[in-house]
Amino acid sequence: MSEAITDPRKTAAHRDDLRLISDWIPRGATVLDLGCGDGSLLASLRQERDVNGYGLEIDQDNIAACFEKGVNVIEQDLDKGLGNFQSERFDYVIMTQALQAVLRPDAILDEMLRVGREAIITFPNFGHWRVRSYLGFKGRMPVSSALPYEWYDTPNIHLCTVKDFQVHCQRKDIRIIERTVVNRHHRSGALTRAWPNMFGEIAVYRVTR
Amino acid sequence: MPESIPQDSVGLVQPQTLHVDQPLELECGRVLPAYDLVYETYGTLNADQSNAILICHALSGHHHAAGYHGEDDKRPGWWDSCIGPGKPIDTNRFFVVCPNNLGGCHGSSGPLSRNPDTGELWGPDFPMMTVKDWVKSQTRLADALGIDQWAAVVGGSLGGMQAMQWAIDFPARLRHSVVIAGAPKLSAQNIAFNEVARQSILTDPQFHGGRYYLHDTYPRQGLILARMVGHITYLSDDAMRMKFGRDLRSGRFHFGFDVEFQVESYLRHQGETFSRNFDANTYLLMTKALDYFDPARDYDHSLEKAMEQTRCKFLVMSFNSDWRFAPERSREIVNALVQAGRDVSYAEIDTPKGHDAFLLPIPEYTKLLGAYLGRVADEVRADV
Repeated sequence: MSEAITDPRKTAAHRDDLRLISDWIPRGATVLDLGCGDGSLLASLRQERDVNGYGLEIDQDNIAACFEKGVNVIEQDLDKGLGNFQSERFDYVIMTQALQAVLRPDAILDEMLRVGREAIITFPNFGHWRVRSYLGFKGRMPVSSALPYEWYDTPNIHLCTVKDFQVHCQRKDIRIIERTVVNRHHRSGALTRAWPNMFGEIAVYRVTR
Repeated sequence: MPESIPQDSVGLVQPQTLHVDQPLELECGRVLPAYDLVYETYGTLNADQSNAILICHALSGHHHAAGYHGEDDKRPGWWDSCIGPGKPIDTNRFFVVCPNNLGGCHGSSGPLSRNPDTGELWGPDFPMMTVKDWVKSQTRLADALGIDQWAAVVGGSLGGMQAMQWAIDFPARLRHSVVIAGAPKLSAQNIAFNEVARQSILTDPQFHGGRYYLHDTYPRQGLILARMVGHITYLSDDAMRMKFGRDLRSGRFHFGFDVEFQVESYLRHQGETFSRNFDANTYLLMTKALDYFDPARDYDHSLEKAMEQTRCKFLVMSFNSDWRFAPERSREIVNALVQAGRDVSYAEIDTPKGHDAFLLPIPEYTKLLGAYLGRVADEVRADV
């Protein structure tokens, strides 16, 4: 888990997600940020929107960075669940670029929707055309800016496509409130809107039950 | 003292005494008519008195937390690893205050001091103290020093419990509560260990109902046993294995009951040193204060409700090999604070050192504590 958040290959993508997400959070909301990294999102939400929240993190360099920012951070392994948090304790439970790195994405998603009224999730889309052609034509596991790891050192053990995620939501009665699919520059265009599963590199979802 | 005082030491320090004439009403129903608090301070109080940190000591601790008393001191204060210039509790930025708790045996009023009403030594008649009582007595010290609000109240183990109680009882008087290797209350197992320790003292023929001083003796064996059993709970299985393993002192079995294994030698040495330096009545009283600690009790046994009283921010830390107050106990505190909607951060340090880890210079630990308190110093404009 921690590698997915702390690896420098990851932080650039992580930071860009934050900008997309903060637009969705209303003033004064309560937030739980799963895999909060160095606390950037919570710090900016606190400053810009007066948001009260906690981050969960297991990397102690990140925890120290949160301390330095004055961000509430709790050392906790997401793979052990969120059982210590009461139901509907938070307005939003956020997980950026970590869904694909947990042991059971389906279980954590259920937990996010139990603990929070809504969940915000970002993940790299494995259905992007470049990923498909990498595997299709090169016959090798895809490596890209959104997926910067080799097959043997990747923390991304449960990659999915935009379509996979939507099918899962449908099966589990999870309602998608909002979706933004962006390219590698974190921009949304005609192509990503028309064919998100083909042209989107990062998917950002706001869901509820 | 070491040949020269290290750069990052607070150096030579002198204890001071605050005499309080205002009676202290205690939880047990008795009243302490007047009392002394012995304390030490390190660093300088800033112009607006905003940079003060209160250090609360643990079971066998005292006011001498850092630095040296004199040329002959072999070792510095008990928390010198964390208190000093550039250390996590940075005396370049903070004014650090550490008192000896009431009932102690290092100068504050306790079994070794005289009852002002009778002129006799208090001995076993010194009133039973609780964490709540200690915290109340510490507010008088804060008043005397002109500190309306601590930048932080910091403590490990029983000290962490005081930091928690401060936040609940005097919410406006601290900005941060730092609870290290603590617990929201003792478990039955914790109390059981304390009871073994107490029984070993109480049943020592030299105890004389706590009036051993009238017989010119003290319950040496009882104190030794109490410390030995306590010490086992401060270390982890791994720590003991690494430190002693099954090493034999002479390399072979002697088939007798003298010291053979190194761990036996170590425990006996710890017990003996302790028995020479600690008062039995104080030990009994301090372990009872631990057993009684249960802040939720005043709030329908809901820790969450107790935490709703608090206004400060919290840092909770634990050590993964600590089985006396295991990480789960710290997480109970964290969960109650989250549920109460309070600001809290939590870190769990990976170390084999057990409960004692909170006293040791473990880099991951001191780094995190320093990062947190560095932010606190910025927040209170400690340097102004």
